Amino acid sequence: MELIFKIIKFEFSNALRSKWILFYFSFFLILSFLMFNFEDETGKAVLSLMNIVLIVIPLVSIIFGTMYVYNSNDYIQMVLCQPLDRKSLYFGLYLGNAIPLALSFVVGILAGFIFTGANTEGIAPILILTINGFALTLIFTSIAFLTAIKFSYKAKGLGASILIWLMLAVIYDGLILFVTYFFRDYPIENIILGISLINPIDLARIFFILDFNISALMGYTGALFNKFFGTSLGVLVSSGLLILWFVIPFLFGLRSFNKKDF
Amino acid sequence: MRVNFSISCIIFFLLAIQIKTYADKIIVDKNTAINSISKAIEIANPYDEVIIKSGHYKEGNIIITKPLKFIGENNPVIDGENQNEIFTVHADDVSISGITFKNAGVSFLKENAAVRFENTKNGIVSDCKFYGNFFGVYLAKSKNCKVLNNYFEAYGKKETSSGNGIHLWYCRDSEISGNKIKGHRDGIYLEFVKQTTISKNYGSNNLRYGLHFMFSDSCRYYTNHFEKNSAGVAVMYSRYVDMEGNMFNNNWGPASYGLLLKDISRSKIERNYFIENTTGIFIEGCDGSEFLNNQFEKNGWAIKLMANSMENIFISNNFIANTFDLSTNSRQNFNKFNANYWSKYDGYDLNKDGIGDVPYRPVKLYSIMAQQNEPSLILLNSLFIDLLNIAESVFPSLTPETLVDESPMMRKLN
Repeated sequence: MELIFKIIKFEFSNALRSKWILFYFSFFLILSFLMFNFEDETGKAVLSLMNIVLIVIPLVSIIFGTMYVYNSNDYIQMVLCQPLDRKSLYFGLYLGNAIPLALSFVVGILAGFIFTGANTEGIAPILILTINGFALTLIFTSIAFLTAIKFSYKAKGLGASILIWLMLAVIYDGLILFVTYFFRDYPIENIILGISLINPIDLARIFFILDFNISALMGYTGALFNKFFGTSLGVLVSSGLLILWFVIPFLFGLRSFNKKDF
Repeated sequence: MRVNFSISCIIFFLLAIQIKTYADKIIVDKNTAINSISKAIEIANPYDEVIIKSGHYKEGNIIITKPLKFIGENNPVIDGENQNEIFTVHADDVSISGITFKNAGVSFLKENAAVRFENTKNGIVSDCKFYGNFFGVYLAKSKNCKVLNNYFEAYGKKETSSGNGIHLWYCRDSEISGNKIKGHRDGIYLEFVKQTTISKNYGSNNLRYGLHFMFSDSCRYYTNHFEKNSAGVAVMYSRYVDMEGNMFNNNWGPASYGLLLKDISRSKIERNYFIENTTGIFIEGCDGSEFLNNQFEKNGWAIKLMANSMENIFISNNFIANTFDLSTNSRQNFNKFNANYWSKYDGYDLNKDGIGDVPYRPVKLYSIMAQQNEPSLILLNSLFIDLLNIAESVFPSLTPETLVDESPMMRKLN
């Protein structure tokens, strides 16, 4: 345990020294500051933020995470020469990367919100936004670690990461759209709902729009979706799925890390 | 002598007029000889005032055949005991005020109302309260009537077993103003009504429509407020309708519309507010109407414009933060959009005249897709959908090419 903290501390100071994290933090700070400053309505500002968050966080987390593992290769080899278990090292590396990313997002967004538009009306959506962003950071960092450890070549690993992001952020939705059109004569609402829940980005997005664009969704389909997400079962299932998306790549990554010959 | 006679004749005549203007007051009180309204009507002369003192009156159906003025003092209650119609008016110039009507009976054979005017003129119902009635005020084949500042509340659960708050059938030149209507089937219902003014009413939580009118030409509707009715407001088959300054909000549901317009022509929809409805306005088969200075805010669809609508113009409206500004079901468009403000507009204004230099296409590809295929709503705000919309706006292939706002405003209009 002590070892994990030691590694986290080291990685933390390392992350702060690499200006990327500061850049990432100031990006969210400025973004949220500008949005809340220039948009009269908190709701609309949060919506725009959400759109950006859903694209930027998975992309940055996954690329940053992959790069990070490759760049730490020498460091990992050096540490592994010491008598310590690989599990602690993996935990330390993961948290040392994910926590600065997640923190710079959460602090950046909340600081911008508090500086400018700190009115009570926007608190609920901004909380959903930060929770979603936080979860996405953890998920995509763990996916990044898995891919980086699986692929020995940097170029291959980066390509795979970008492909995974593209798949989950864009192509997957295209497939959903295709399915809704192809089977539109059938009652497929529940199936569509199930398919969308599998993708973490879609899950975060749907969670958010149900809170927001409720009036558009109040049609039959919307009512159905809302019924699912409104119940405690829906919340349980969707948060469970988010946790699975974090845990499974993490454990697989850990397994590969344990076996890997550096 | 002869002169004297004629003078006395004149004096007598003047006296007669005098008597006529100072109408008798008949007081109905539970504790006096005249303890029922029917009795009072029986002994009253035309144009008398019937003052009803407080009390609970159960007299079945009361039929009024003389022009009388009913005034309630200290809130008398007239109860239909869930069986009868309460007041049935067959005379002109009847006015009713300050009375509480309760429990006009639900019937599947007769349209029982708390107050029914039939074939009359100049009737007035004002400052009355109506609780748990089948129909509230029912005007049939009447002219020049007024329904003012009443309060209606009904507790029906189903559309089929509940009636309308204010119901007009074959009426003209009437005025309905300042009423509050809750929980009826339709708040205000008009059929075959002409030249009537409906203003300052508030309809909420009705089982069907807040306001519902058909075949009612040349009517004016202004500063009404319709909220949370289960199907919003529906207006059909009418001409020369003028709707101004009304508020339509929070009408949610797949078949609920802030305002449903069907076969409306040569009408004016001006300075209305449509806020947080599933669909702000649904327009089908309308032509030659003007939509000016309206405010559409936070609706699911601000406007659904069906392609059988023609020659309508939409000018100086504000479209703010709607999920979809506009959707339609055809690539043809015969309507005109100009100088509206669209909060989604992302063009620029180089010459700083307040008008965007790039035309705006309010119909997005996704709004059409979502309308045709509702499950695809789950992709709302997805990056993929944004990319599709951008591709479509560059090369329109499914959205109507001519549906363009050539001069979108850069700033919100007041």
